[in-house]
Amino acid sequence: MTDIQITSPVSAPRIGESAPRPDGVPKVTGAFTFSSDLWHNNMLWGGTLRSPHPSANIKSIDISGALAINGVSAVLTYTDVPGSLLYGLEHADQPVLAADVVRYEGESVAIVAADHPETVRRALAAIVVDYQVTVPLVDPEAAEAAEPIHPDGNLIRRLRLRHGDQNIQGEIQVEGTYEVGMQDQAFLGPESGLALPSEDGGVELFVSTQWLHSDRDQVAVCLGLPPEKVRFTLSGVGGAFGAREDLSLHAHLCLLALHTGRPVKMVYSREESFHGHVHRHPARMWYRHHADTEGNLLRVEARLILDGGAYASSSGAVISNATCFAAGPYLIPSADIDGAVVRTNNPTCGAMRGFGAVQTCVGHEAQMDKLAAALGMDPVELRLKNALKSGDKLLTGQTITGTAPVAEVIKSCAHHPSTLLPSDDMMSLPGGAGRTADPHHIVRGQAMAVGFKNLLFSEGFDDYSSAICHLVDGVATITCACAEVGQGFVTLAQQITREVLGVEEVILAPAATATVGSAGSTSASRQTWMSGGAVQKACEAVRQQLLERIADQHQVNLDDLVLVDGQIVSLAGNFSLDLAAATTEPLEADIEYHHAPTYPVDENGQGDAHVSFAFAAHRAVVDVDPELGLVKVIELTTSQDVGRLLNPLQAVGQLEGGTSQGVGLAVMEEVLVTDGHIRNASFTDYLIPTALDMPPVEIAAFIEQPEPGAPFGAKGIGEPPSISSTAAVVAALRDATKRELPRVPVRPTDIVQLENDTL
Amino acid sequence: MSVTIARSLDQALEILSERPDALILAGGTDLMVQINRGSLNELSTVIAVNRIPELQGWKQQGDTLILGAGLTYAEMEKSDFTSVAPALAQAARTVGSPQIRNAGTLGGNLGTASPAGDTLPVLTALDAVVCLRSTQGTRQLPILEFITGVKNNARQPEELIEAVRIPVAQGHQEFCKIGPRNAMVISVASLALVVDQNAQKVRVGLGTVGPVPLRPTEAEEHLSTNVNWAANTVSTATLNQFSALAAAAAQPIDDHRGTAVYRRHAIGVMARRTAARAFTEETP
Amino acid sequence: MTTNHYTLKVNGKEHQVADAWTGESLLWVLRERLGLPGAKNACEEGECGSCSVRIDNEVVCGCLVLAATAVDCEITTIEGLAPEGELADVQEAFIEAGAVQCGFCTPGLLVTIDKLLETNDQPDDLTVREAISGNLCRCTGYGRILEAVNLAATKRREATS
Repeated sequence: MTDIQITSPVSAPRIGESAPRPDGVPKVTGAFTFSSDLWHNNMLWGGTLRSPHPSANIKSIDISGALAINGVSAVLTYTDVPGSLLYGLEHADQPVLAADVVRYEGESVAIVAADHPETVRRALAAIVVDYQVTVPLVDPEAAEAAEPIHPDGNLIRRLRLRHGDQNIQGEIQVEGTYEVGMQDQAFLGPESGLALPSEDGGVELFVSTQWLHSDRDQVAVCLGLPPEKVRFTLSGVGGAFGAREDLSLHAHLCLLALHTGRPVKMVYSREESFHGHVHRHPARMWYRHHADTEGNLLRVEARLILDGGAYASSSGAVISNATCFAAGPYLIPSADIDGAVVRTNNPTCGAMRGFGAVQTCVGHEAQMDKLAAALGMDPVELRLKNALKSGDKLLTGQTITGTAPVAEVIKSCAHHPSTLLPSDDMMSLPGGAGRTADPHHIVRGQAMAVGFKNLLFSEGFDDYSSAICHLVDGVATITCACAEVGQGFVTLAQQITREVLGVEEVILAPAATATVGSAGSTSASRQTWMSGGAVQKACEAVRQQLLERIADQHQVNLDDLVLVDGQIVSLAGNFSLDLAAATTEPLEADIEYHHAPTYPVDENGQGDAHVSFAFAAHRAVVDVDPELGLVKVIELTTSQDVGRLLNPLQAVGQLEGGTSQGVGLAVMEEVLVTDGHIRNASFTDYLIPTALDMPPVEIAAFIEQPEPGAPFGAKGIGEPPSISSTAAVVAALRDATKRELPRVPVRPTDIVQLENDTL
Repeated sequence: MSVTIARSLDQALEILSERPDALILAGGTDLMVQINRGSLNELSTVIAVNRIPELQGWKQQGDTLILGAGLTYAEMEKSDFTSVAPALAQAARTVGSPQIRNAGTLGGNLGTASPAGDTLPVLTALDAVVCLRSTQGTRQLPILEFITGVKNNARQPEELIEAVRIPVAQGHQEFCKIGPRNAMVISVASLALVVDQNAQKVRVGLGTVGPVPLRPTEAEEHLSTNVNWAANTVSTATLNQFSALAAAAAQPIDDHRGTAVYRRHAIGVMARRTAARAFTEETP
Repeated sequence: MTTNHYTLKVNGKEHQVADAWTGESLLWVLRERLGLPGAKNACEEGECGSCSVRIDNEVVCGCLVLAATAVDCEITTIEGLAPEGELADVQEAFIEAGAVQCGFCTPGLLVTIDKLLETNDQPDDLTVREAISGNLCRCTGYGRILEAVNLAATKRREATS
């Protein structure tokens, strides 16, 4: 049982303590305002007409029928976009509203504002679009050679990585081809927001997102407005996991508000949500690993192809991650890896927690197990033998200058005792209430996997963050545009402020483009480091200002002064001042925080492209009914490299939550796409783990080796749990079934393998 | 008023006779999904039937159970019901979620007549009789005459499903359902097995492997005639043949939830396992 | 469009609903007409439990209730779980155990668990998991939620002893 100290809300918890969330009370009482809870007197409802075809030319759009409906205030198409028609995270390649072509099922074609969602629905049904349906490009392996489906071409990005001596060959070689299906982030809070026209001709938007300023910048260009007139404020976010990094309804809502002169609210249905955001890239991966007879890894070759769907989104960065981390956290002197992400008429793919490393972890861990079998070696021993450590070179040629406790992560996880309790209850068997099996039908399997990825953005991006600290009357107010999506940044912001300033009360101002600079994206496990760092530096700047003032006023040594427990204390012992009394005159600092520079990779994929790395391992135990192929994950154990624990209770939440998403990808989650059509755009058939599907997650160890250069030495912790978890569960299934299982999610038919089965 | 809450059976039937196009709303677990999705245009008349006292609960009359159309899955999970209708209680426990089970009804499962309806293979194995009522009188239809096709049944627009009659359990009963998650799943394939000790007959219902629930009569016949009723045992050869015949009787399709090949295989496995629970497999 | 007017009793108070479209769900009416957005709209097809409310003491999905039929019932939402300004034992437990991340599943879970503990104040692990199997959570993996239920059960047993 994970042993966590829970501090009482009465104290003023600092770094390292399990401070309770500041938004906990409103969230448990239902008072917390998510973007779908927004409401304005006089508001209209917005809706979107979407293409039913994955590929078609648009001959005409007739909105007259919709405009004639009583209660409809606006029907807009691409001709109503005042500024740039195109937007995009990496490349502006996607239209706000489709003009003459649609490239994926669900692409936005028209938007409507009306007095009631039912009116909106009828108006959308009354819009007549003349589509000339074309054959969609749906095979990613055919994409590069096929006719371009977009002016930017069908190859979004290719990376070639050549590391070390290309002539090395190993006496032991294992090959495999692996496939990962399309996962969905499946956040619970639907895409939603409220836009209000401003008196100065601008517009205000309250929205759920991961990156407020990037959204605002893209939308301002589409609206043809200067950025200062486009004011985005973060509303309550119901989860994100990568799906809110791109725009969804932002420009649409702003257009409708500006056009109608009234507030407009929009909420996506769940079905619409599946079509309206990017998904995890499906991947096909071929690997060949070379080793010597002692089990030293010598070389890895890999060919990766990711299906990016219709628009580029963040695909370029995803394939870079996948390629750089393709072989896992192991020291390998030679590599030849080719990674490509291509454009198809399948649903658009982009960021999802783990960002390319999830897919390749499935591949490299399957390979490591194959290699162990070929060598007659214990799979854990093989991994330990080759585990990266500080000072080692990655496949990109970059030396790990920070911490890399890979061996500690692996050992602590592998050696952790099982916490399994035997159970007679039918509900604890695969099949649950379906009563499909008796205990003697079940086979058990166990296995481990290890994974890693970078923290923060890469390849020279410079994803800075900003924060303002304002101190008056002993109360600190922090303004930071970091998108709180559930991960608990808001808690850390308070803890950091208390740590630096010794205050008790910390107010968090709304996150808004109008009041503070960009905090970058809530992704890449970066916010604790970057926005935590910005908050830390802003508080330190205020502290410096204050202490300089006090030192001057009281003629004492600046170096003798500290802030602690609401007091300004002289360490020389001659006085202490009440902080509140000493800060009747406000102090403020507005800080931009940057990480150490990173660099693009060269034509061989070599370069110091990343700031830092984090590692994790999982051990999974699964019960399988081999005759029916039904599965239950019954134990999960994990260790993770965290640098330093800033809030143990929240850290547990991240490891447990990320692990459950990995379990989902291993055994049940897939967006099923046939000829470009999504067949399961609902929670009825896109299945995420319920409380009966998830075992407890036993945390074997948080490995704390402070990371140099990271605020408080803390590494980001959000992504690693979602990386090695999938690979561990699949490996455990292989152990139980003795099947190769090269594809995730593993379906019952993959385990049973019936003759003539159509899958 | 376009939404009427019927407070008696007579009131509901009156409205239905005048407005046979009215939508019948019980637990809402099927109809409201369609309404929320916008699939039902221009809702005209909705009759809410979940407050009609005559449709609530269940009662035993001798060897027959009369189940009100308004009986919810949660009520079917209760221990007093479990002892007289174990397979139906097992099926009820697999429907949706606890929230769905508090609202969804037996009548609704029949009214929707989905091939994946969880109670349907059990009712089939029990030779259930569906009782319909209108202002003109009553009708009783055996379940396989009531369910006529995919999401189609023999209810006339002015009729309400009033009740379902099944026999009190006369022996061992089993229900199995396959889904790709351990809770909240639409059935991929399901099977009910009902033993009638007195008649020395085994009846079986197959679910989600045809447009309607199926009775694999050859399989039933084979098992019924080859069980050692005195000792309550069955041979391995019989179990295997029973399994093969049950699988052969399935008419599954490929869809996004499963392949026909897998579904047929699953029926065979479930047939064998349920039979082996009802009767002890003889050791050679 | 045909419209309705009716009265709903929510958290002990009567609310008049006027000019409502026939097809509005109870969830929608609570959120958009009655100023009670606590129950959430993650799927609106009965597959996530985020809209769980109590109607006449049974926990159901509010999205699957036609609002106009919910008259003459006692409806309890998350906003009515505890008196104004107070926290119920389950609410306190969720905060203390770290069971809240994004919070979107939280209201539905609290309503469900509050009812569970009424009928069983010492539920074992499998019982809890089955009771909340209709409440999806994407953030937590359910670990801290299970811990919160144990904590709340302890609080409830201590309060009633």
